[in-house]
Amino acid sequence: METISPIPMRHPAIRDPWPVRAVLLITAIVFAVLFLFVPLLAVFYEAFQKGIPGYLAALGKPASQSAIQLTLLVAAIAVPANLIFGVAASWAIAKFNFPGKTVLISLIDLPFAVSPVTSGLVFVLLFGARGWFGPLLSAWNIKIIFALPGIVLATIFVTFPFVARELIPLLTSQGSDEEQAALSLGANGWQTFWRITLPKARWGILYGVILCNARAMGEFGAVSVVSGHIRGLTNTIPLHVEVLYNDYDYVGAFAVASLLTVLALITLLIKALLTWRRADLLPD
Amino acid sequence: MTNSVPFSLWWRRQILPGFGLTLGFTLVYLSLIVLIPLAALFVKASGIGFDGLVRTILSPRVLAAFQLSFSVSFYAALVNLFLGTILAWVLVRYRFPGRRFLDAIVDFPFALPTAVAGIALTAIYSPNGWIGGPVHTLTGWKLTFTPLGIFLALVFIGFPFVVRTVQPVLADLNIEFEEAAASLGASRLQTIFRIVIPELIPAALTGFTLAFARALGEYGSVVFISGNMPMKTEIVPLLIMMELDQFHYTEATVIAAVMLIVSLVLLFLINGLQRWGKLKGEFV
Repeated sequence: METISPIPMRHPAIRDPWPVRAVLLITAIVFAVLFLFVPLLAVFYEAFQKGIPGYLAALGKPASQSAIQLTLLVAAIAVPANLIFGVAASWAIAKFNFPGKTVLISLIDLPFAVSPVTSGLVFVLLFGARGWFGPLLSAWNIKIIFALPGIVLATIFVTFPFVARELIPLLTSQGSDEEQAALSLGANGWQTFWRITLPKARWGILYGVILCNARAMGEFGAVSVVSGHIRGLTNTIPLHVEVLYNDYDYVGAFAVASLLTVLALITLLIKALLTWRRADLLPD
Repeated sequence: MTNSVPFSLWWRRQILPGFGLTLGFTLVYLSLIVLIPLAALFVKASGIGFDGLVRTILSPRVLAAFQLSFSVSFYAALVNLFLGTILAWVLVRYRFPGRRFLDAIVDFPFALPTAVAGIALTAIYSPNGWIGGPVHTLTGWKLTFTPLGIFLALVFIGFPFVVRTVQPVLADLNIEFEEAAASLGASRLQTIFRIVIPELIPAALTGFTLAFARALGEYGSVVFISGNMPMKTEIVPLLIMMELDQFHYTEATVIAAVMLIVSLVLLFLINGLQRWGKLKGEFV
C-alpha cells in the first residue's frame, strides 16, 4: 500500500525544486530501464527466438537435464550445510560473550571478499592432482576436483556467510530472556532451541536460506575452476549456459539461463515480501 | 565483563546451554571450509620465493591485467557512487508510482547469476544488440570486446551496493536539520552540500569500496562481454583462469594471492568506514 509520507511534503524549503526532482527521477528511471529491465527482457527474448517449442526442446536435451539435476543436488547439499553452520554460529555469537567475537564475525564474512575464481583455486591447490592431498587422493582413488565433491566444496565456500550474517544480528537483537525463562521452567537446551529460538527466527532463517540458495544455484566462477566442464557429468546450470553460448547455441544458452533468471525473480519476490512483512511488524 | 572472572567459573555461570558445541562446530567448520584453504593459497604462493614472485607479477601480461582491472573497477565504482546515491535519494525522498517495485528490483544484479548477466549484457551491447546497435551506428563505438564493455558489466553488478548502503542512512537522516538550515536562511543547495552530503559520506564511501572490491574479483559477468584478449581486455580473475587452463598453477596462485591481499585490505577499509558511519550516526 502506498502511503503519502509526510516527510517529503512537509515544507517547501526542504523540497527539491521541481527541475531537480524531474532530472533525478528521470535519471533513476532511465538507468533502471537500461540496466535492470532491458537485460531481464533480453534473456527471455533470446530464449524464445525459436518459439515455445524451441525453448522446450533446448531445456529437454539430456545435457540440460543433467545440468539441472546436478545444480539441484549441489544446492541440496550446500544450503543445508551452511544453514546448520549459520544457526550454530549465530547461537554461539548472539547468546554468549567471548573474547575474539568481532574477529570471528569478520572471518565469517571473509568468503564474500574473495574473488570467485580464487575461491575455486584454493580447492584445486588442496585436492587437485598436484595439490597437497592430490597423491593421497589418487592413491585411494577418490576424485574431488573435476567431480561432485569439488563443486560442492566451492559452492559451500562462496555461500558460506549468507545464513550466518542474517541470523547473527537477528538473534542478538532478540536477546535471550525468553530462552532463560524456558530453561528456568524446566525445558532442556534442545527444547528451548526448537520451541523458542527457532520459531522466533524463522523469517530470518528463510531470508538467509533463499539468498544462499540463489547464489548456490547460480555460482559460476568458483564452480568453473573446480568442475572441469565435463558435459553431462560436472556441468551445473551456469556452466552449461557457458558451454551452449560458446557453441553459438544462443537459444539453448538463453533458455537454460532463463531458468536461473526465474529463480532470481522468485528470490527477489520472496525477499521483498519478507522485507515488507518485517517493516509491517516494526512500529512506524 | 567476563574477563574479570576465572574461565571455569564463567563457563558454569552461563545460563543457556550449547556454547561449547556451537562455538566448537563454528570454529571447525570455518577452519575447514575457509581458513585452511585460504592459508593454502598463501603457503603455496610463498613457496616460489621472492624472485619468482616479482618475476610473475612484473610480467607485461600480468601488469596489463592488473592495470585494466584496477582502472575499470575504479571508474565503474565511481559511476556507481553517483548513480547509486541518486537512486537511493529518489527511493527515499520522492513518492512516485512503482517506487516499491523499483526498490525491490534494485537487487536484481545481486540475485541474477553472473553468467546469465554476462550473456544478457553481451547480447544487448553487441553491435547488433538493442543498445549496442544504435550506439554503433551513431558513434561507431563498439561496446563488446572493449574495456567499455567491461565497464558496463561492472556498473551493472556494482550499483546495488551503493544504493543499499546509502538508502538506510538517508532514511534515518533527521529532516529537522534540513528544516533548521532552511529556516536560518540556507538555500536548498547549501543545505544539501553542508548538511545532507556530509552525513552520507561514510555510507557512500562504504558502498563505493564494496562495489570496487566486487568489481575487482568479478568474473562471470565480464568474461562474455570482454572478449578476453591478452593485454587488451583481460582482467585479473580471467588471467588466473587462463593460467589454470594451461596448468600454470604457480603463476595462478601468486596472482590470486596478490588479489586476495588487496581484497583483505579493502575489507579492512570497509570495516573502518562502517565504524566511522556508526560513530557519525550516534550524533544525529
